[in-house]
Amino acid sequence: MESKIEKKEFNITVYTENQIGLLNRIAIIFSRRKLNIISLNTSPSEVESIHRFNIVIHETEEVVKKVARQIEKQVEVLKVYFNTNEEIIWQELALYKVPTDVITEHVSVERLLRAYGARAVVIRKDYTVFEATGHREETEALVDFLQPYGLIEFVRSARVAIIKASDGFHAKLREFERLEPGEQVAENEYLNKGQKVFTM
Amino acid sequence: MLQKDALLTRTEETVITTEQLSGSEILLKGLIAEGVDTIFGYPGGAIMPIYDALYDYHDQLKHILVRHEQGATHAAQGYARTSGKVGVVFATSGPGATNLITGLADAQIDSTPMVCITGQVYAHLLGTDAFQETDVINITTPVTKWNYQVTDASEIAEALAKGFHIAKTGRPGPVLIDITKNAQLQLIETAAYEKCKHIRSYRPTPIIRTQFIEQAAALINQAQKPFVLFGQGVLLGHAEQEFKAFVEKAGLPAAWTIMGAGAIPTDHPLNVGMLGMHGNYGPNVMTNECDVLIAVGMRFDDRVTGRLDKYAKQAKVIHLDIDPAEIDKNVKTTVPVWGDCKETLPMITALLEQKSHDAWLQRFRDFDQEEMSQCIDAEIHPKEGQLTMGEVINQLNQLTNGDAIIVTDVGQHQMVACRYAKFNHTRSNITSGGLGTMGFGLPAAIGAKFGAPNKTVVAVIGDGGFQMTLQELGTIMQSGIEVKIMILNNQFLGMVRQWQELFNDRRYSFVDITSPDFVALAKSYSIEGQRISERSDLKGALKTMLDHKGSYLLEVMVTKENNVFPMVPQGCSVSEIRLK
Repeated sequence: MESKIEKKEFNITVYTENQIGLLNRIAIIFSRRKLNIISLNTSPSEVESIHRFNIVIHETEEVVKKVARQIEKQVEVLKVYFNTNEEIIWQELALYKVPTDVITEHVSVERLLRAYGARAVVIRKDYTVFEATGHREETEALVDFLQPYGLIEFVRSARVAIIKASDGFHAKLREFERLEPGEQVAENEYLNKGQKVFTM
Repeated sequence: MLQKDALLTRTEETVITTEQLSGSEILLKGLIAEGVDTIFGYPGGAIMPIYDALYDYHDQLKHILVRHEQGATHAAQGYARTSGKVGVVFATSGPGATNLITGLADAQIDSTPMVCITGQVYAHLLGTDAFQETDVINITTPVTKWNYQVTDASEIAEALAKGFHIAKTGRPGPVLIDITKNAQLQLIETAAYEKCKHIRSYRPTPIIRTQFIEQAAALINQAQKPFVLFGQGVLLGHAEQEFKAFVEKAGLPAAWTIMGAGAIPTDHPLNVGMLGMHGNYGPNVMTNECDVLIAVGMRFDDRVTGRLDKYAKQAKVIHLDIDPAEIDKNVKTTVPVWGDCKETLPMITALLEQKSHDAWLQRFRDFDQEEMSQCIDAEIHPKEGQLTMGEVINQLNQLTNGDAIIVTDVGQHQMVACRYAKFNHTRSNITSGGLGTMGFGLPAAIGAKFGAPNKTVVAVIGDGGFQMTLQELGTIMQSGIEVKIMILNNQFLGMVRQWQELFNDRRYSFVDITSPDFVALAKSYSIEGQRISERSDLKGALKTMLDHKGSYLLEVMVTKENNVFPMVPQGCSVSEIRLK
C-alpha cells in the first residue's frame, strides 16, 4: 500500500502503430495532468512497423497506472506496460566535448576511459568527444569529473529500457491482428499482478 | 496557378472513365455506404470541392445549413443521441474548424458518436500560414477519440471507414477527418467502399471474464442493501431491456445520472430518481448507506460523487463499464466488470436470485416523501407568487405524458428539467452533461428532431444559454424543422447567481442579464410565439405551443431568484445534501 503513495521512477513502455500525431496524443496525456516527463524515447521495436516509446516519469504507482490506461485507450496504441527501475535493464548515452589540450595535459585519459567506461569518439587538435553509456549516476559522475577541465558541451539521450520479464511483442502482435483475440491481448494487465509482465 | 490546376483536374474528369472518382465523391459515397442520411454543415473555401460534389448527391444526403459551426456539432450530437446513429458534420478549414471545438469537447466527454469532416488548405500549403489554415489536427487531438489528416484521395475511404468504426464502437466518441483541398479534387481509380471491422491496435470491447460476472452476482445475491447507479452506458449499449431485467429480477433500487435518464421509465417502481449535486434526496443519502453499489455504464463524475473520500466508503463496489480506463479512476472497485453491458448484464442476471428488497426500497420512498414536502411541493405546486420552473416542467409532463423528447441547455432550468421531466422512453433526455455547454440546447434540439422526426421535441432553455446560439433560429426557419422552444426566463444567469447567493454573500457579480424580445426575435424568423408570466396562462400556452403546426417559441417569465434544491454543495459528501 505504502509503495503506491510513494513517488518513484517508473518506466512506461508503449507499443504503437507508426502514425503522425501519436506522439502529441501521448504527450498531452501527461501535460493535461501537469505531469513532467523525465525522458522520452521513440524507436522501432523488435517487430517491424511497430514503434516503441520509453517514457520515464517520477510519480506514484496510482497515477502511473491511470496514465497508462489513458495511453492504452488511444486508438493507435497496442499495449502499455509500466515498470519500476528494478524490473528493467536500462541505459542512457551521453556525449562530452572537452578541450583536447587541457585533457591531455591534466588528465590521465587512460584512467578516465577505464574508470568511467567511456570511449573517445572524436579526437581533434581543438577538442575531443567522449561517449559514455550507463545509468544516470554514471553519466553524471563523468560530468562532475570533466567540469574542472573545461567541459565545452554535454548531452544525454533519453532512456532506453528492456523489460526483464518480457517475452517480446511478436506473439502478442499476432493476437492483435486477429479479429477475435485471445485473452492475453484483450485483458487488462493490472488484474494478475503476481505474474510476470508479459503474460498479464 | 492553383486555380489552373483545379480547372485542369475538373476538365479531365469529363473525359476519363467512370471508375475514376474525385476524393470528394469517394467521401460522399462512403458516407452513404455508412448509412448517413443527414449532414449538418457550413461551406467555405477549403471544403468547396466536397460541397460541389454534394450538389449531385443532395437527394441521398440531406444537408442542413446551420448558422455557426458550433451549431452543427450540437445538432449532430442531438441527432446521434436520439437516433443512435453517428452524427455527421461538415466544416471548412481555419475558423470553420475551430468553431467545432466546443461541440467536439462536449461529444468527447459525453461519449457521443460523431464524425466531423473539415476541409483543409492544399497539402503543399500546410505549414505556410496559408489563408484559413489552422493546425486542426493538433487543436482537436485532446477533444477527439481519433483524428486524421488526409492529404491524398487514396486515403479517404480508409480514413472514413476507420473513423465511423471508431466513433460508434466501444465507448463512442467524436472523430475528426481533415481533408486537404487537393485530396478532395484529386481523381483516382476507386474500388467499392469497404466498411472497417477491425483495427489491430484498437480493442473497443474488452473480453468478458466470467469470474468477475460470478463474483458480481454473488455480491448482489448476498446484499441486504443493494443500490444501482446507471448512466448513459445503458443507452449507448442499447441495453435498456437487459438493464430492466437485471434490476427487476433482484429487486434492485436504481438511480440515474442525467446522461442515463430514461434508460428505464421515470415511473418504474425500481427507479428511485436522480443522482448528483441536484439529484434526489434518497439516492444521494443512500449512496452512503448501501452495502453493495452497482455502477452500470457511468463514470463517477464529481457532480455525481461529491467529496470522493466520503463517497460510499461502506459499500462494496461493482463497476460495469466498456472503458477499462474508467475502472478505479475515481472510485475503487471491488469487482470490475469490463465489457459491453448489453452482454454483461444478462450474464449477471442469469446468476441472480429472484428477490425483492421491499424494506430497503421503502426507505428511498420515505426520503422521497420528505423531499416532496420540504422541497418539491413548493417548486411544482406553488400556490402564489411568480411561476416557477418546476411547475412549468410539471405542467408540460401532463400535456406530453412523458412521451416528448426534452432537450435542455445548461443551468438551473437544466437541473429542473432533468429532475421533473417525465421520461417514458429511452433517448428522450438530451442534455450537455459532462461539459455543461451553454448554447447546446437550441442546435441540439434541431438535430434531435432530425434524429427522431416522429417525436415531439421540446427545447427547454434559459435566457442566458439561448442567447449563445440563437442564430440557429435561422436553421429552423430554413429547414422547416419543428422544434418547440421553451425559454424559462429568470432574467439572471441563474445557476451562477444561486452559487453567489449561497456561497458568495449574494455578491451578484455579472449575472444580471438582459434579453431581447425573444418573441419578436422568433417572429423575425417566421417562428410563432408568445410570452407569458401568469399562472393562469400556463396550461393554455403550453397547449398552444404543442398543438401548433411548426416550430414555436414560448417564453415563460419565472421567479427571478429561485434556487434549485436539493443541493450537494461542492466539496461536501453526498450525504450532506441540503433540502433548502
